[in-house]
Amino acid sequence: MPFNLLVLFCLTYVSGLFLVAYLADRAARKRGEDFLRSPLLYTLSLSIYCTAWTFYGAVGYAARSGLEYLTIYLGPTLVFIGWWWVLRKLVRIGRQQGATSIADLISSRYGKSNGLGVLVTLIMVITTTPYIALQLQSVTLSFTAFASDTPQTLAGSGGTAVWVAAGLALFTILFGTRNLDAHERHHGIVMAIAVEAVVKLIALLAVGIFVVWGLAGGALAMLAQIDASPVSQIPLRPERWTSLIAVSAFAVLSLPRMFQVMVVETPQEDHLARASWAFPAYLFAMSLFILPIAVVGLDRLGPGANPDLYVLTLPLSEGYGWLAMLAFLGGFSSATSMVIVESIALSTMVSNHIVVPFWLKLRPRTIGAGDLRLVVLTARRLSIASILALGLAYFRLSGGSAALASIGLIAFAGVAQVIPALIGGISWRGATRAGAAIGMGLGFAVWSFTLLLPSFGPDAVFSAATLNEGAFGLTWLRPQGLFGTYGMDPLVHSILWSLALNTGAFTLVSIATFPGPVERMQGAAFVGAFDSELPGGGLGWSRGQPEPEALLEMAQRILGEETALAFFEAEAKLQGKSGFLPDPTQAMVSALERRLAGAVGAATAHAMISPLFGHATVTVEDLMAVANETAQIMEYSARLEAQQDQLGRTARQLGEANALLTQLSEQKDAFLSQISHELRTPMTSIRAFSEILTDPGLGPETVTKYGSIIHEEAIRLTRLLDDLLDLSVLEHGSVQFNIEAAELAGLVDTALAAASHIRPERAFEVERDRLAEALFITTDKDRLVQVLINLISNARKYCDAPAPRLRIAVRARAGRVTIDVIDNGSGVPRAHQPIIFEKFARLANVGKAGGAGLGLAICKEILANLGGSIAYLPGRKGAAFRVTLPLRFVQSPAPSTLS
Amino acid sequence: MSERAPLFLARASYRSRRISDAARLLPVLALFLLMLPALWPAPVPGGAQVSGTLVYLFALWALLIVMAAVIARLLAPRDPPASGGRP
Repeated sequence: MPFNLLVLFCLTYVSGLFLVAYLADRAARKRGEDFLRSPLLYTLSLSIYCTAWTFYGAVGYAARSGLEYLTIYLGPTLVFIGWWWVLRKLVRIGRQQGATSIADLISSRYGKSNGLGVLVTLIMVITTTPYIALQLQSVTLSFTAFASDTPQTLAGSGGTAVWVAAGLALFTILFGTRNLDAHERHHGIVMAIAVEAVVKLIALLAVGIFVVWGLAGGALAMLAQIDASPVSQIPLRPERWTSLIAVSAFAVLSLPRMFQVMVVETPQEDHLARASWAFPAYLFAMSLFILPIAVVGLDRLGPGANPDLYVLTLPLSEGYGWLAMLAFLGGFSSATSMVIVESIALSTMVSNHIVVPFWLKLRPRTIGAGDLRLVVLTARRLSIASILALGLAYFRLSGGSAALASIGLIAFAGVAQVIPALIGGISWRGATRAGAAIGMGLGFAVWSFTLLLPSFGPDAVFSAATLNEGAFGLTWLRPQGLFGTYGMDPLVHSILWSLALNTGAFTLVSIATFPGPVERMQGAAFVGAFDSELPGGGLGWSRGQPEPEALLEMAQRILGEETALAFFEAEAKLQGKSGFLPDPTQAMVSALERRLAGAVGAATAHAMISPLFGHATVTVEDLMAVANETAQIMEYSARLEAQQDQLGRTARQLGEANALLTQLSEQKDAFLSQISHELRTPMTSIRAFSEILTDPGLGPETVTKYGSIIHEEAIRLTRLLDDLLDLSVLEHGSVQFNIEAAELAGLVDTALAAASHIRPERAFEVERDRLAEALFITTDKDRLVQVLINLISNARKYCDAPAPRLRIAVRARAGRVTIDVIDNGSGVPRAHQPIIFEKFARLANVGKAGGAGLGLAICKEILANLGGSIAYLPGRKGAAFRVTLPLRFVQSPAPSTLS
Repeated sequence: MSERAPLFLARASYRSRRISDAARLLPVLALFLLMLPALWPAPVPGGAQVSGTLVYLFALWALLIVMAAVIARLLAPRDPPASGGRP
């Protein structure tokens, strides 16, 4: 076919794809997403696993290695029929977290660490760029093989690849970066991929059917031909068989494009159930005719032809141009769909984990202003262009052919390095960021050292000497014979060592390190994805409260005005509010963060929301500092409380003291006024009578009478002053006592005799118990007699009974002696009982008694000084006083009131 | 699984749990059966043939697809179609 016609044909096909993509995008926007959400479409989009490497390369692989090519499709089959184990969880987590790429998922799992995202991104870019180059190469090769007159300028320098790469970049940018939110899926692209999936399946099946039934003559004849061909002599090597199944199973989980269609573009989780058998069926159909084509190709075209192009050259050599055209389209579709999705996936990673964080770091102010959507989209577009340019550069530098032929498996082994961190992350809460980073880094380094770099051949990167004798002359560091395992298949060797060291480092470092708080939250959310609906948004935002306006403003800059407003309105409605400003609750902010994560990745979203809270990410140190602060504040407040209590106590004590002082002051005032009154009365009469005495005309009788009155009053005054002095001495406790033993009866006798001059006209009947009184008491006897005189005199003075009787009862008990002095008068009225022992407490209307009212007060003080007490005994049908004394008084330094 | 689940389940939920067990076991069985050809002796003229291995592998593959389809269909009613994710 003429080159120009082929180009025209390709352009027509591509225009058709553009149209499909455009219509699908428009339909999705007009009629909603639902009609595009079919499990069939999902399964077909998964078919980007089958690239041009499958379409052309598998036949070449089969021609060289026999049945081994099947491992590449059996591995994914195992993963899909075992979807209940890993895929289901991966899809659930990816949707819960709004993961935009595998790098985003891993960075999100390990505490939204952007460093880890960068590492995964780098691994993915390095491993899949050659893979993209491989696609470009296959397109170029098929062009050369198919077109009869490829212009030399294009064929020689791989010019076709440039045009293909440019066209793909245009398509991808047009349909892949239309919107930012990964949740709003790339309908156009998914639809175009589905169409391409159908084209490549039909093409391969058509060629296969043509080969088996057209050329070989039926299925049985085909089998016989297979047994007869040299391919059948290639043994199945168990170690390669096993490790290739494993590594392709890992690759289907970790290839960026597979993650993109499996998780990011998944419309519904239950589509996975359908895909669990439908996708293996697709793979089954794709690989069914590979070996027959290889066998027939080997047979008919001879060893000189490139077995990688049998799919194309076999129908061509048989003269079936239309079939070859179909095959060409199938290969073209395989290559283009892979490149489109892979570059979308990679560009998302590169822009979210490298370009945007770097840009935000360069211009931190832009977090607060400007439309970030443009920045992110530009970053993504530039990334797509650079990734394709990188693939192109790789293709042209490597010169195609040899190095590229094996790049598919090398890339598989490379992307498999994220598997320990991925599987460990979703199934083991103990997995830590350090473990993931060190494991992946080590695995990637070992993979580069043992597989990637040696793959360029001797003396390309490693010298032949290094390959044979090991790096730095250390034999155990031979790139293809680490630790003495020389002689293994290089691929198996690399897979074994890289994954073993990777997993080992990951688990050991994870066990040894401690995860941060965000990491632990995310770990719980990931591992327990099915257990409960954990918030999943990570650590709650609890420090500070951002203004909803600020959140809305930021969301608008990433999601666009309409989307952001719709989101906020929905959140407000959820909270039962109208309008566009929901309360910035933890749930709302977490939801917003997830939503933003869908656009710019978890790490960046986290970093963008953080400043609005006035604080960056919450670290363990922050939490510790908060805890310390809290502890300090609590301690401080406890101290304050204690001080407050003490102050309260002191204040109460002060108040009591103040009340006491006030009371004392009042007592003193009362005492002073009382005493001046007492002193004034005799003084007044003395003055009056002495004035009268100055009158010369007075008779001697009168003089004598008045003189005696003055004398009496002076005596009364002296007695009062004596009493006052006595009381003062007693009250100050400075009195000297003369302690000696004395018989109580004698003391009572003395007292009765001394008191008998008071109202001698009254005959008192005294009732005594001499036997009881016959006891010796150690005390100051003169003072005790004074007390008794006072009590007896009072009885004589105040007893108003017509036949007055006085009873003195003595009782000794428990080292104390009580002396009751009881008369048969009317006693002290109840109201006056509490005050009779106070100074000047002379009861009214009996002032004629002539006492100063200090007697009982003095008694009280004396007894207090002698370690005893005096009390009024109510209810004895008369005045009754009880004196209590210790039987044996021991003078103490500060004697005071003892009961 | 909920932590306060009863010890014994009703027949329907018991059945669905066993089906999810089957879903988990299927890849293990598949892996075992896929490893078998690697253990067979290398093809020799007149002895075991590559075509036999090829037929075995594709037959096994087809069987696995059918089994996966049956299990997926049996599992489907258990999960309500409304997915928990946000729109």
